[in-house]
Amino acid sequence: MRQTAIAALSASLLFLAACATTSDTPAPVDTPGGKPPGQVQTQPIKPVDVTGGPSGTALSALKDPKNILSKRSIFYDYDKFDVRDEYRALVEAHAKYLRENPSARMLIQGNTDERGSREYNVGLGQRRSDGVKRMMTLLGARDNQVESVSLGEEKPQADGHSEAAWSKNRRSDILYSGEY
Amino acid sequence: MLFLAAPFARAQLSIEITGSGAQRLPIAVVAFAGEGALGQSISAIVRADLERSGLFRGLEVPPLSPHPTEAARINYAEWRSRLADALVLGSVAARPDGRFEVRFKLFDTVKQQDLSGVAYTLSKDQARATAHRIADFVYQKLIGEKGVFSTRIAYVVKRGNRFELQIADADGAGEETALASFEPIISPVWSPDGRRLAYVSFEAKRPVVYVHSLLDGKRTVAANFRGSNSAPAWSPDGSKLAVCLSREGGSQIFTVNPDGSGLRRLTSSSAIDTEPRYSPDGQWIYFTSDRGGSPQIYRMAAAGGEPQRVTFEGGYNVSPRLSPDGKMLAYITRNEGRFQVALLDLGNRQTQVITDSDRDESPSFSPNGRMILLATVTGGRGVLSAVSSDGRFKQRLSAAAGGDVREPAWGPFIE
Repeated sequence: MRQTAIAALSASLLFLAACATTSDTPAPVDTPGGKPPGQVQTQPIKPVDVTGGPSGTALSALKDPKNILSKRSIFYDYDKFDVRDEYRALVEAHAKYLRENPSARMLIQGNTDERGSREYNVGLGQRRSDGVKRMMTLLGARDNQVESVSLGEEKPQADGHSEAAWSKNRRSDILYSGEY
Repeated sequence: MLFLAAPFARAQLSIEITGSGAQRLPIAVVAFAGEGALGQSISAIVRADLERSGLFRGLEVPPLSPHPTEAARINYAEWRSRLADALVLGSVAARPDGRFEVRFKLFDTVKQQDLSGVAYTLSKDQARATAHRIADFVYQKLIGEKGVFSTRIAYVVKRGNRFELQIADADGAGEETALASFEPIISPVWSPDGRRLAYVSFEAKRPVVYVHSLLDGKRTVAANFRGSNSAPAWSPDGSKLAVCLSREGGSQIFTVNPDGSGLRRLTSSSAIDTEPRYSPDGQWIYFTSDRGGSPQIYRMAAAGGEPQRVTFEGGYNVSPRLSPDGKMLAYITRNEGRFQVALLDLGNRQTQVITDSDRDESPSFSPNGRMILLATVTGGRGVLSAVSSDGRFKQRLSAAAGGDVREPAWGPFIE
């Protein structure tokens, strides 16, 4: 409700600002060899972001393919839940990001391969995402910044019924607010 | 293999029978006089219903003259010579109000007995439902237990990235879509009164438990706590849902009222505790847990309490489902990488694997306990399969229009 009100307010401010700019714009002036036209004054607009997500430079760091923060998936061995050493730096980088951006919110989605009961796989996926969340909080992220959920076997990254596909589907995905 | 596709059926699920019951009662269901006026053959639907139960064999009846109706005097000797143990005769008549009247009678040709019949008034679009009622009548008279031909099933069809929760008659015909989504839908379960479904939808990018009223499409959120919300099961009186939640860490079993109030935690373990199911008497909750190192089935008192282990053979036993009389437990067991349906007699502790497929899931008893509906995969495609509780009789239901069919749930008897 409050967010809606703020959004509506900023929308109307933008509208007013736009009107003001339009009405203040002088008619084209022909200045052959004369003085440059006067500067048009506009009121600066302070952006208000209520999406809760990171903005500006922080956002680009999450998307920059050269930045480790753009790496979002952790893959697992069959029937395993521990984060392999090769993903340690990835988890540490995201934990640091959460520490430095207290308003950032993260969703970790745990996934499994297709074998076995769908509901038991929801449980297995949860165990994976809970494990990543635990690492994040041990590394200094606050509990309320991170939510861990499970998609079970329902959102495979790879189709197919062999280990090649299964190994891509046993994973935890990291998302930031605005991305889900 | 017998392929049953009634000429008038617009069934999206087609049924294929792949095994046969041991003792099938030969029955002649003669075309009802005047049934052409209904636009579909009631007698063909009755016969297909009875055959699908695995307990009847429908006999071919050539055109007869004069065409017999329920009012005819029966020549029992003649029907015995046609090898019929039972006979159904009927007629359809148009009424002045534009509706129709169907009358039928059932005869035992061995005992030479008139087993009585019923008359129904119906509109044209109720022909299928009426045929199912007639099949239920015949089944109950001859088998001595309630038929399930008038019940409905729910299941999920996945086509591309579209998921549809569908409801159909028990024969797969007359399907209707209750919910369409671009995110997965799993674990539908019928409320005991058959008016609502609880299920898990991922439309919020994580699992949330909804209760969906079928008549008006109204949905309420039963469990949308922080984390994952899944595996709903109705208490037999319909007053509560048992669910699996991760809100306090891990996957643990809670109960909640269908409107989302009254949350109560039942299990406290560091294991995965999920897939709760009430026993039909409401005394117990059976569930899957890996507290012993591998997923096995346990049970606890419905109000919570110390769990007792129920399954011991094998390293992967999941998805417990109690038979309607509470005497049998169906579940999925893994045998050398193959997932199959097992049946445990809770009285004598005997276990029997009743399917021979590779990827069985989500077993669901028919309300009379005779059949178990399940999801499996054949030719890379998700299909539904039904197997009799003795494992002898099997049939397959696949979506004619393509797509994967999964997550079946057989609905209750409707009065």
